[in-house]
Amino acid sequence: MAIDTETVRKIAFLSRLRIENSKIEETEKEFNHILDWIEQLNDVDTDNVEPLESVNDEALSLREDVVCEGNQRDEVLQNAPDAAYGYFVVPKVVE
Amino acid sequence: MAEYVIETPKGKWEIVCGLEIHCQIISKSKIYSGASTAFGAEVNEHVSFVDAGMPGMLPTLNRECVHQAVKTGIGLRAKINKYSNFSRKNYFYADLPQGYQITQFAYPIVGEGEVLIDLAGGQTKSIGIERMHIEQDAGKSIHDIDPKKSFIDLNRAGVGLMEIVTKPDFRAPEEAGAFLKKLRSILRYLGTCDGNMDEGSMRCDVNVSVRPYGSDELRTRCEMKNVNSIKFVMQAIENEARRHVDIYESGGTVAQETRHFDPLTGQTKVMRKKEFAHDYRYFPEPDLAPLVLTDDYINQVRSELPELPDEKKERFVSQLGLTPYDAVVICENKETADFFEKAAAGHDAKKVANWFMGDFFGMLNEKKLELKESPVSAENLGRLVELVSQNVINGKTAKEVFAIMAETGENPEKIVEEKGLKQVTDTSAIEAVIDEVLAAAPENVAAYKGGKQGLFGWFVGQVMKASKGKANPGIVNQLLKEKLG
Repeated sequence: MAIDTETVRKIAFLSRLRIENSKIEETEKEFNHILDWIEQLNDVDTDNVEPLESVNDEALSLREDVVCEGNQRDEVLQNAPDAAYGYFVVPKVVE
Repeated sequence: MAEYVIETPKGKWEIVCGLEIHCQIISKSKIYSGASTAFGAEVNEHVSFVDAGMPGMLPTLNRECVHQAVKTGIGLRAKINKYSNFSRKNYFYADLPQGYQITQFAYPIVGEGEVLIDLAGGQTKSIGIERMHIEQDAGKSIHDIDPKKSFIDLNRAGVGLMEIVTKPDFRAPEEAGAFLKKLRSILRYLGTCDGNMDEGSMRCDVNVSVRPYGSDELRTRCEMKNVNSIKFVMQAIENEARRHVDIYESGGTVAQETRHFDPLTGQTKVMRKKEFAHDYRYFPEPDLAPLVLTDDYINQVRSELPELPDEKKERFVSQLGLTPYDAVVICENKETADFFEKAAAGHDAKKVANWFMGDFFGMLNEKKLELKESPVSAENLGRLVELVSQNVINGKTAKEVFAIMAETGENPEKIVEEKGLKQVTDTSAIEAVIDEVLAAAPENVAAYKGGKQGLFGWFVGQVMKASKGKANPGIVNQLLKEKLG
């Protein structure tokens, strides 16, 4: 499997990352290097091996239904580039 | 129910429709964090660092959300999957601070199930459930504060959702309406979601396609997101199906897309092309291990289930003698069914049902009261019906007594006693009244005997009047017939 320029642009768009035109070719190469590296795994014989969901082989721990967080609006908004009236403020997003 | 067919001069078409319903889980805290789910808080006050997507924060699954989902799955007569896992659904939107939604994809917690819907004429139809999974809700965006900016409130971000996906089993808008009513009823009986579409705690996406009548092909479908009332869902299906028919009949093809339903016009318009926007790049959620349930746990939840509307309806029909229609109406809402059952206990349930659905609800509507505010208690309604059954008062007096109960909340026996409304069933007393009436109207007696049978009603009326409405009409009729020969 190889990544082409168009795929790089699409992934960049989906990730909301700006990649300058001059960097597209370089990124494409990097992607392909990563894929080549991953594809080495195809050489491993995985017949009769259960898929691994997680390296932590333990059951999911659940939390009790108790309210123990919240009421920290100032902290929550602290890193926001813009905030007003208690809201996060972002450039207009209407579909 | 009559089949729903779209008929044009060019041909006959049928609708193929499926629904996806997002139901907010009733729990105290969010599905992956300890922030409160309570509605109506100050902006961004119910937000943990997990909900805000802060780096390094880890989700932990809320036990109660799992419990509610399993309960709901059993209520949908569905398979509970002992193994399920979580996935990341990646998309960018300002009200989703993590940049992904933690949901379930390949292995949902609930598999195939079934909901019976109640249609006109007491008929039912089975609607297949494809799956149900649990996930987190997004925050809310407000677009009308500033022309160039959107304002984000994350209080709702991370509230637990159950997404229920039906099979494409709907062939008429009414079926979708009946399904939503039934689903809402089941969820409220279970106490797993409050089912208020107008407040957004239950939200419906509608998928519609059409096909030539009688065929079994599946054509391109369009999806309408967040249609927020049962009426609008039915309208959206009808209008979208017509749009497809128009396109096909003029030689065009339907494009797969997400459309927006405009409640003001009832029409749909295109929102976004599906193939591009829907590249969600799902992958297994690394922060949550798979969820494994035991048979013991599932059976434990099963044993906690209340009697659901279908079972209750069945029992009301087979044991209490209600008509299927009355039973469906009474059982839709658990509080209504409970009130009725209390009223009917030990009395003639069919008669209680008639009073309940007639005069009783008429009174509540007139007074603009909720059931729980009713001045007439369930017990007193039952007592009133009993007084009629026992011939203590007649039906007409009962309506008077009911009107007093509605004003005072008094118990009907007391009202009957105090106002001296007891029906006269003593034959000799009624006979005496009849004799008076007949003696006072010799011309009419003669006319009746001469063939004017129509006067009989007049005699009954006179006797009832003379007895101040307290004579038992059955006895009056019988005695009058005897006396008039």
